[in-house]
Amino acid sequence: MSVLISLYLEQSNSGTNRTTYVMECVSLPPLSNFAICGGTHGNELTGVYILREMQKHNVEKVGSVSITTVLSNPRAVDACRRYTDRDLNRCFTDDLLSSPITESTPYELRRAQELNAHLGPKGSEEAVDLLCDMHNTTSNMGLCIIFNSADWLILHICKYLQSKITSMPVRALQMDLPLSEAFSVDSLGKHGFSFEIGPQPHGVLRADVFNTMKEAVDLTIEWLQQFNSGRTFEGGEVEAYTRWKTVHYPRDPTTDEITAAIHPQLQDNDFKLLQPGDPIFLSLSGETVKHEGDALYPVFVNECAYYEQKIAYHLTQKSTLTLPSINVKKD
Amino acid sequence: MSSYSSSARFDEARRVAIFGGTHGNEMSGVTLVNLWVKNGSEIQRKMVDTKPFITNPRAVEKCTRYVDTDLNRAFTPENLSALGEGDLPYEVQRAQEINRIFGPKGSPEAYDVIFDLHNTTSNMGCTLILESSKDYFNLQMMNYIKKAIDPASCLVLLNEHPLLKYSTSRSVAKHPVGLEVGPQPQGVLRSNIFEAMRVILKHALDFIELFNEGVEFPTCTVEVFRVLERIDYPRDANGNIIAMVHPNLQDGDWEPLNPGDPMFLTFDGKTLHYQGSGTIYPTFINEAAYYEKQQAFVTTRRETLVASAIRKA
Repeated sequence: MSVLISLYLEQSNSGTNRTTYVMECVSLPPLSNFAICGGTHGNELTGVYILREMQKHNVEKVGSVSITTVLSNPRAVDACRRYTDRDLNRCFTDDLLSSPITESTPYELRRAQELNAHLGPKGSEEAVDLLCDMHNTTSNMGLCIIFNSADWLILHICKYLQSKITSMPVRALQMDLPLSEAFSVDSLGKHGFSFEIGPQPHGVLRADVFNTMKEAVDLTIEWLQQFNSGRTFEGGEVEAYTRWKTVHYPRDPTTDEITAAIHPQLQDNDFKLLQPGDPIFLSLSGETVKHEGDALYPVFVNECAYYEQKIAYHLTQKSTLTLPSINVKKD
Repeated sequence: MSSYSSSARFDEARRVAIFGGTHGNEMSGVTLVNLWVKNGSEIQRKMVDTKPFITNPRAVEKCTRYVDTDLNRAFTPENLSALGEGDLPYEVQRAQEINRIFGPKGSPEAYDVIFDLHNTTSNMGCTLILESSKDYFNLQMMNYIKKAIDPASCLVLLNEHPLLKYSTSRSVAKHPVGLEVGPQPQGVLRSNIFEAMRVILKHALDFIELFNEGVEFPTCTVEVFRVLERIDYPRDANGNIIAMVHPNLQDGDWEPLNPGDPMFLTFDGKTLHYQGSGTIYPTFINEAAYYEKQQAFVTTRRETLVASAIRKA
């Protein structure tokens, strides 16, 4: 991070007075290597096919950027399943990456350590500069850029994509875990994020989703080249959805079986503000359950993979993050 | 106007089954059948014994389409008579057991009606699947259902094609009825899809009750979509898909596809056009489970079938 001072104010949209600080331009080191991952979940097909095309066309270097394509979970891709033993995209915490490998170690834990050696090590100077992981969701989320910590680079990439992509809404989602607890494959990179595009059923490849993912990847590479060649990207603001709170399905107390479906008025309404009193579940016997508490933004509404943990959706707050201008640090 | 003597006579439909979980990740049927196993009052009708039944419990437990082989293709004569017990693939064993309970297929002891509940990732809406154009009982039922839910729509897919027809779990019954509702991702339960399926079954059971009470259903016509052929994705020499369903065709189930219309889009943006000789009606467009069955969509043509008047024997 540059010596130049940068100030920012993170604010919520609750109508508090806003004070804008003038931000100096921040200079950052060039980003020379970019890893793009797909098939982290073997049945999320867009990333699998994007990689296949990139590998077919031998995409290895675009201008100043070296590109590494990685099929994260080949076994799960072959079986067209989310995972074989356990979810690969939860295997990248510091603890799991340093756990000893034995004969009985699940496939995905081994694979996570392999990927860490190849693209990381996580948190080190050798790690790839930027890592992007491609995902799909059955939820109606459009294109989401999901990242752990809000670093300027990623926020600028968000801003750039938001200005260029018109085929579907583009939104930023921030997880904000301490790095040691960050569990997804994108935490391996010095900077990392995931593209999440939905709705798309798992095991299905939709052309419109493929085309948007391709555009997002191409624009990211374009941004990197422009950044490396000295362009200053003007500061501004990016809205991000943060502070995730999980909402579980109503369940039968004895059998733990799910007893309700997402209510039709919530279904497909990711990112639409959920007010107290709004319907959220419709039980199998016809009763409506309503939202209580703060007005929040639901995401990952009715994502197939979350049934396993009985998760119905997450609730988030909207924050406005202010970015300084950035450019590449010249030697 | 029909007279009693020209009505086709069918036995009372006394034994009816509702199958869910033939594919373990098609959640509407799994959920409905589980609900009705616990409390079957909604599906009870006078003089009908309606049995809700999970056909593939292992697949349901794993929330997967099947464990060894597709149960909904497993009811072939070879499979049903195969020896080997525990060495047979799970679904073949299951098929034999289902045939024992609800069949034997083709015999007088077989169940009268089986409804088999399915979901699809395709944008097919509510679809009833018919296996024989001569099954007037089923045609009359489907006509009744369509009228009952009007203005909501429920289309009828007829799969009588000698090569493309397959040995379904419901084929054990005298009158097999497939119910396919989409779009719904595998493993997901959408409330609107679940309710739509529930309503269709309600009307189907109402029809059976009326029929058993002696109501005569006058001759009727039913529009159906007859399966013509299966169209696969374009593939390379290694069998890999090289194009996707074109955005213009995606979600366009039941809309006419004319010669020259866009059909597939390659990964580098080239459009491939439908080359057939006439207009067809595509369906099962981009069904997840059919990638491995070499099917991007099926073509159908519209036909009007006539069902004679029917009455219980």
